[in-house]
Amino acid sequence: MIDSLYMPYLMRIEKITCEAPGVKTFMLKFVNEEDQNNFAFKAGQFGEYSVFGEGESTFCIASSPTRKGYIECTFRQSGKVTNALAGCEEGSVIGFRGPYGNIFPLDEWKGKNILFIAGGIALPPMRCVIWNALDTRENFKDITIVYGAKSVNDLVYKNELKEWEIRDDVRLVTTVDPGGETPDWKGEVGFVPSIVEKIAPSAENTVAVVCGPPVMIKFTFPVLAKLGFRDENVFTTLENRMKCGFGKCGHCNVGKVYVCKDGPVFTQAQLKELPDEY
Amino acid sequence: MNIERRLVRKDSLEKLFDILRQNKKTVFAPVMKNGKASFKPVGSFSSIAEDYIQTTQSSKEVIFPRVEKFLDYEKNGKEVSIKGFDYQSVTETVLWGVRPCDTIGFGTLNSIFNWDFKDEIFNARLSKTIILSFSCNKSDDYCFCTSVGGNPGSTAGSDILFTKLGADGDYLAEVVTEKGQAIVALASELFEKTESVEKEKFLANVPVKFNQEEIRKKLEKFFKSSQWVEQSLKCLGCGACAFVCPTCACFDIQDDAHGKIGSRMRCWDSCGYSQFTVHTSGHNPRSVQSQRWRQRIMHKFSYMPERLSVYGCTGCGRCSRACPADMNILEHLISIQEVKI
Amino acid sequence: MDDLRKRAKELIDTSAVKVVIGYEQGTGNKTRALFVENSEVADKLIFDSRCVQNLAAYVTKQEVKSKGKMAITATLPVMRAIIQLASEFQVNDDNLIVIGITPESKIIDFKNLEEVETYVHQFQIEIDARNREILDKLDKMTPSERWKFWIDELSPCFKCYACRAACPMCYCSRCTVDFNRPQWIPVSSNELGNLEWHFMRAMHLTGRCVDCDACANACPLAIPINLLTKKMIEDAKSDFGGYQPSLKGENLLSTFKPDDKENFIQ
Repeated sequence: MIDSLYMPYLMRIEKITCEAPGVKTFMLKFVNEEDQNNFAFKAGQFGEYSVFGEGESTFCIASSPTRKGYIECTFRQSGKVTNALAGCEEGSVIGFRGPYGNIFPLDEWKGKNILFIAGGIALPPMRCVIWNALDTRENFKDITIVYGAKSVNDLVYKNELKEWEIRDDVRLVTTVDPGGETPDWKGEVGFVPSIVEKIAPSAENTVAVVCGPPVMIKFTFPVLAKLGFRDENVFTTLENRMKCGFGKCGHCNVGKVYVCKDGPVFTQAQLKELPDEY
Repeated sequence: MNIERRLVRKDSLEKLFDILRQNKKTVFAPVMKNGKASFKPVGSFSSIAEDYIQTTQSSKEVIFPRVEKFLDYEKNGKEVSIKGFDYQSVTETVLWGVRPCDTIGFGTLNSIFNWDFKDEIFNARLSKTIILSFSCNKSDDYCFCTSVGGNPGSTAGSDILFTKLGADGDYLAEVVTEKGQAIVALASELFEKTESVEKEKFLANVPVKFNQEEIRKKLEKFFKSSQWVEQSLKCLGCGACAFVCPTCACFDIQDDAHGKIGSRMRCWDSCGYSQFTVHTSGHNPRSVQSQRWRQRIMHKFSYMPERLSVYGCTGCGRCSRACPADMNILEHLISIQEVKI
Repeated sequence: MDDLRKRAKELIDTSAVKVVIGYEQGTGNKTRALFVENSEVADKLIFDSRCVQNLAAYVTKQEVKSKGKMAITATLPVMRAIIQLASEFQVNDDNLIVIGITPESKIIDFKNLEEVETYVHQFQIEIDARNREILDKLDKMTPSERWKFWIDELSPCFKCYACRAACPMCYCSRCTVDFNRPQWIPVSSNELGNLEWHFMRAMHLTGRCVDCDACANACPLAIPINLLTKKMIEDAKSDFGGYQPSLKGENLLSTFKPDDKENFIQ
């Protein structure tokens, strides 16, 4: 039998973690072992996750390709499909198509410092590349993570944040928006762009990865420019509406680019060439 | 292969049709309803429409149906079983009476569905479809195939192209492909040997109205033009233009649930709809109609030639004819060409 | 026609409005909407029997509204639509001037929407004889015959939503069909789903439809979808005594009166 591009893998939900209000992480394993053996992906790629009868939804693979045998995804309950996903229990079977899209060029980053800047629910696309970098730690110099959310409650991957905090080969700076702190909050208070400005990481031999809500990205780019980051060294991901994931359905087309094929990872230099339709 | 030229007597067309039906082929041909011609499965030759310039919808639906189911699922507790596309269900189909501006469109669709990942479902339908096209002997003001690389007698994309030689004349049959030869083999007595025939004088006259290469170059610097708003103020934002278009291929993916069983399908979508790009957050990168109209033109005349090496327009004029607000693509393209940058 | 152009020029030149919406000669034998923003363009304005597109559909469009105060060339169905839109708080005297136009191309000057309403109320919404005949025929069918009729007519619908786009009363920024929680109407085009869509639309227009036929005229497949709304007009007449668009906002199906003859409200 020839399968079509649209046939999903069947995946079993092995574990569900509640990350924050309305935000869950699924650990998924392939129902068919053969699918597992043939599956490979790289940091930055995404997939189409589906609840049969409800439809498909697009989000990144949030686990690192260095962790074999499963994939993870983290999503916020917001639309029809993510609400249906949130209603799934451990052991349920869902669909997954992928991996699609381009990658974070970790090979090219060897020997460099990496600065990760994430806001809110945008840590998942970055978590994949963070763990990939940490699992191959010897390839990189300093690794800094700046992560912010509206409130302490909204920070995702709380256990991993603790783990990164303890490790001495990674610098973690967490922040919450003013008013979002709790009495025992030990992190920063302030918006992500101003925290980046405050800690002023060196742009020398450094790549920056920025993922977050549009308003955070908008105000972080100028800060990075001020710190001396060149547009080619600032990476982000676009979140356009997608349906097929492989450059046919037309939804994610912006200028000459199909975000699902040419992205989702773009440098700021590439974004400057694109019409403002994302 | 070289194009073989044969003569088919005017009363032999019906015989050819009957032979195709006897050979268990589904024949799609233009049928008139409510004064509009559209492609339908046809059982008898007499029900095929004759007097039309262009069908309202293109024939793309035969290869890229408005709804294409690609999997069935069944849920059982936490378990799910799925069954993929049934390739056996794609049977040999003959498209009869297609115009050259549609046949060229199949090449465009082919580029969209195969430029990177290969779409096996589309390919299965295309490979099982035999395209018997008919040259245009008349045109109207909405036609502009000659401005986008086509012409009323173009053989591109056809398996056999028939050209009517005069008002009450016989037909020149140009056998373009092996699929076309296979049809000739089914009814070889109907395809007579012929001397060279000048078909050009029997074709519709469609004057060239613009240069698409010039348009493409101009569009590179035209994104921020105020013309987009001027042109599209009357656009109502429906999807008629996209759905009648032979090359528009944007689609949505939807599930159809009936209790524990159901299916997943793709169905036509249009970049002209306000919901096409809207994010779950509510953010819409193309929030007003002029941006969506711009996308339509840019995609066809700038992005597609750049990415897929094909233009997204065959000059059939269907979008303009179908538009309830008289958004005329030819008029708009000419005005883009005339702008000095 | 000269009167119309003169009036449009006046309105633009005196800055009474920013844009006048009217008709111009289109391509082929079509007419189409013209947006007059300076007085030279006003010379392109035309009016004749081909001008049937309901221009009221534009007064709720974001990019047209953003121009500023509008004037609109309005035949009787357009005037009705304007009054209905006013009753639904979509337009008012501050953002719209109506230039009435009779079938004989005579201009009617209206000072305000109240005058438009008075004019509109002189005429009942009446189904024309030809469609009356078709509706009668449909009424006489058995339910299964009628079901087959609508399945046959509506199956070709590919859901381009030209009917919705051309309808002045379909101005919702997000239509019921665009909602997916729950998915009331399937996105794809299929027999039953097409029926659901068109029936739902007819229901939403009951007591609001101005019988302009814009939906049927817009349909690229020439499906007689206006028969559905016409049927609802008939039913509204026989069951509720008919309706007229009214500035008082008394919409037929959404107005509750304590003295309603039915007892559901008591």
